Amino acid sequence: MAKIIPTKTPMREQPAAQRVRNFDEVPHGYSLEEAVQEAKRCLQCKKPFCVEGCPVGIDIPSFITYIKEKKLREGIDRIKETNILPAICGRVCPQEEQCEKRCILGKKHQPVAIGRLERFLADWERNEGKAELPVVAKKTGKRVAVVGAGPAGITVAADLVKQGHEIDVFEALHEPGGVLVYGIPEFRLPKDIVFTEIDFLKKLGVRIHLDTVIGMITSLDELLEEFDAVFIGTGAGLPWFMGLSGENLNGVYSANEYLTRANLMKAYLFPKYKTPITVGKRVATIGGGNVAMDCARSALRLGAEESILIYRRAREQMPAREEEIHHAEEEGIQFNLLTNPIAYHGDGRGWLKNIECIRMELGEADESGRRRPVPVDGSNFMIPADVLVVAIGNSPNPLIPNTTPDIATTRWRTIETDPETGRTSKRGVFAGGDVATGAATVIQAMGAGKIAARGIQAYLETGEW
Amino acid sequence: MKIIDKKIIAPNVHEMTLAAPGIAEKARAGQFAIAIPNRFSERTPLTLADWDAGKGEVSVVFLEIGDATRDLAALTTGDEMYSFTGPLGQPFDIDKFGKVGLVGGCYGIGGILPAARAMQAAGNEVVAFSEARSSFLLYWNDKLEEAAHDVRYSTSDGSLGRKGHAHDLLAENLEEGEHFDRILAIGCTFMMYRIAQVTRPYQIKTVVSMNPIMIDGTGMCGACRLSIGGKTKFACVDGPHFDGHEVDWDVVLARRKAYLEEEIVAKER
Ligand SMILES: Cc1cc2nc3c(=O)[nH]c(=O)nc-3n(C[C@H](O)[C@H](O)[C@H](O)COP(=O)(O)OP(=O)(O)OC[C@H]3O[C@@H](n4cnc5c(N)ncnc54)[C@H](O)[C@@H]3O)c2cc1C
Ligand SMILES: Cc1cc2nc3c(=O)[nH]c(=O)nc-3n(C[C@H](O)[C@H](O)[C@H](O)COP(=O)(O)OP(=O)(O)OC[C@H]3O[C@@H](n4cnc5c(N)ncnc54)[C@H](O)[C@@H]3O)c2cc1C
Ligand code: SF4
Ligand code: SF4
Ligand code: FES
Repeated sequence: MAKIIPTKTPMREQPAAQRVRNFDEVPHGYSLEEAVQEAKRCLQCKKPFCVEGCPVGIDIPSFITYIKEKKLREGIDRIKETNILPAICGRVCPQEEQCEKRCILGKKHQPVAIGRLERFLADWERNEGKAELPVVAKKTGKRVAVVGAGPAGITVAADLVKQGHEIDVFEALHEPGGVLVYGIPEFRLPKDIVFTEIDFLKKLGVRIHLDTVIGMITSLDELLEEFDAVFIGTGAGLPWFMGLSGENLNGVYSANEYLTRANLMKAYLFPKYKTPITVGKRVATIGGGNVAMDCARSALRLGAEESILIYRRAREQMPAREEEIHHAEEEGIQFNLLTNPIAYHGDGRGWLKNIECIRMELGEADESGRRRPVPVDGSNFMIPADVLVVAIGNSPNPLIPNTTPDIATTRWRTIETDPETGRTSKRGVFAGGDVATGAATVIQAMGAGKIAARGIQAYLETGEW
Repeated sequence: MKIIDKKIIAPNVHEMTLAAPGIAEKARAGQFAIAIPNRFSERTPLTLADWDAGKGEVSVVFLEIGDATRDLAALTTGDEMYSFTGPLGQPFDIDKFGKVGLVGGCYGIGGILPAARAMQAAGNEVVAFSEARSSFLLYWNDKLEEAAHDVRYSTSDGSLGRKGHAHDLLAENLEEGEHFDRILAIGCTFMMYRIAQVTRPYQIKTVVSMNPIMIDGTGMCGACRLSIGGKTKFACVDGPHFDGHEVDWDVVLARRKAYLEEEIVAKER
């Protein structure tokens, strides 16, 4: 057996100094040669642990073999049997926590770059311009409504339309895609990719109704009169604030507002696109997850002179993907770790001027096993900033539960679902994705969509609840 | 969404009617929609001023003040609106209160019309206060006179009704001993602030229709947050109507100015 190459085939990317001034994608993707080289690292395990690590169970060794044999059509078809959004997952999946974490090579060396290979195949297909339409089963005459056009809803729609059901997707915003479109920035996930996937869905016959807020223009109960089943995939879009004084000063944004302005409304192309965003000279972001990284990295690209991250724990405890933290460091984001804001101070004219912070130190481990940060008395200090982005998390939007009293929710305001079928407490209504789990990942939302699609299929066949 | 009719009803004030059967069927007094006039424009909240469920039409009234409303004004009869989402927000709390005063200024003159109809239908005595700088800036007088029992005008130049503002007129009425069980005000922030000031000593429940900057209108972005009675509320889903005596007006008036600088860049382009 040939000697194992210990490291992943590197992926070329835009140099940091250049990319911080544009919104173009950072990594360039593999060439065919690079992909084949990386594919050869895979050991083709008899019992592939990588597959167990993937929330949708993609047949990873098989698609990697096809790459090795340069049978790209077969490779992408194999992926698409289980994952309809490979171009997206290959880019934004936290692979190091999922498939790649379980890869056997990872025990001694770097794991196989599964995500990059998945992305390679998906990009190849898109560039070829001929995504093959799967066979759609004979019309069943059943109708399913999908609320929310994020990854969970898209997955349900795709899986069920293939079974021959009629699918109508209802989306509140003027673009479909959910967080993929309004949240994750262009430089990590070009929007054209998302729109190509949505187009694919339309070609399969799925109808997408934009500008339609369920709970307002149509209630869930009204949907149930018209449809045989309803899936709720409305995400976790309600932004949290910390309740600090000065939070309503001008210049203070929630991550959702900041990213929605920048991405969905294209404020980075202002003034061609007319939605403004306050660029600021010093932008501070509060939080340590992927969302915080996206905000801090967007700030520089929008034109801020300095971008500062404020996080209450240590670097090792940041929930963001290692790759994103690394990219942020390369781009010159200043990390203020073990630091927590306690108040925001204005300039006397309604604008943010200073963030009053306190130093933290790590105390005892809490239930999650992470050492809990505790404030250091009297360590208060000021961080000057004219823009602040609060990226500390989101919870599900209560609009649908509020207008549908017989849907049970948990104390975290998520919709209660049966993990095996996606059923809610209301007959004919299923849910999945962030609305059921709280903020999670794209592939987990898709996994939940797959489960719900199976649950709906069974319900439509048997009529049993 | 097709624009069925678009006209100028007073200088700088536009009325637009759209084919929106779903919204027309569901709309209730006090709700709004979000319009994107063309694909480069902002998402712009507009109060639903009139609708006809039978015909499937809704009308909005807007003032051309900045970029977004200029793009709206550029659309004409027969054009397509890029995006139009509604109804959004909570409707007005409509009940039999007794005597209700509805105060409308600028776009809010349109905004109080559905409230007048609903309040009248609920058995209230409805007094509408319509204000503008001058009589030629007032609109929908006929519609209001039909929907309310009494319409009281005020103009800054005295060309119609009382000289001054609606809050001057309301203050005068209250001083004279007239009693109102409830006041609703829609219009510019400053007008609503003044109305809330006037009614405060009389402890008349005063509902104001807040108009902060909004983006999605579904509770997702937090741009529309307001401090109401010390609590943070999202105007698009919790409101837009709030008790005017609980609104933290200082914060509201400060947030108003948020995008001044960027708007100037857009204009200089
Ligand atoms: C900034 C950011 C970065 C992220 N980065 C990553 C990453 O790198 N990798 C990763 O795996 N995950 C990432 N995530 C998480 C991931 O995006 C989410 O877990 C995933 O999108 C959830 O999918 P969903 O379909 O459940 O909901 P969403 O994507 O939130 O979609 C819900 C959709 O429902 C619509 N909707 C809501 N209410 C209604 C209603 N009443 N009527 C009609 N439509 C409605 C919304 O407008 C939205 O389009 C990130 C999240 C954010 C915010
Ligand atoms: C729930 C709700 C309902 C609304 N209903 C209507 C309506 O029916 N008709 C209508 O004309 N407008 C309405 N508005 C206000 C309207 O959305 C704004 O006027 C519009 O967004 C301004 O966009 P612009 O780009 O044209 O102006 P901008 O360029 O954003 O603003 C131009 C100038 O007007 C000021 N300004 C901005 N927004 C407002 C505001 N909301 N009120 C007063 N001054 C403002 C700015 O500070 C600036 O000086 C409503 C707002 C809300 C939140
Ligand atoms: S979908 Fe995500 S977890 Fe699954 S194989 Fe692809 S990158 Fe890995
Ligand atoms: S675990 Fe790693 S080496 Fe084994 S099949 Fe999966 S990717 Fe290949
Ligand atoms: S407009 Fe976004 S939360 Fe209200």
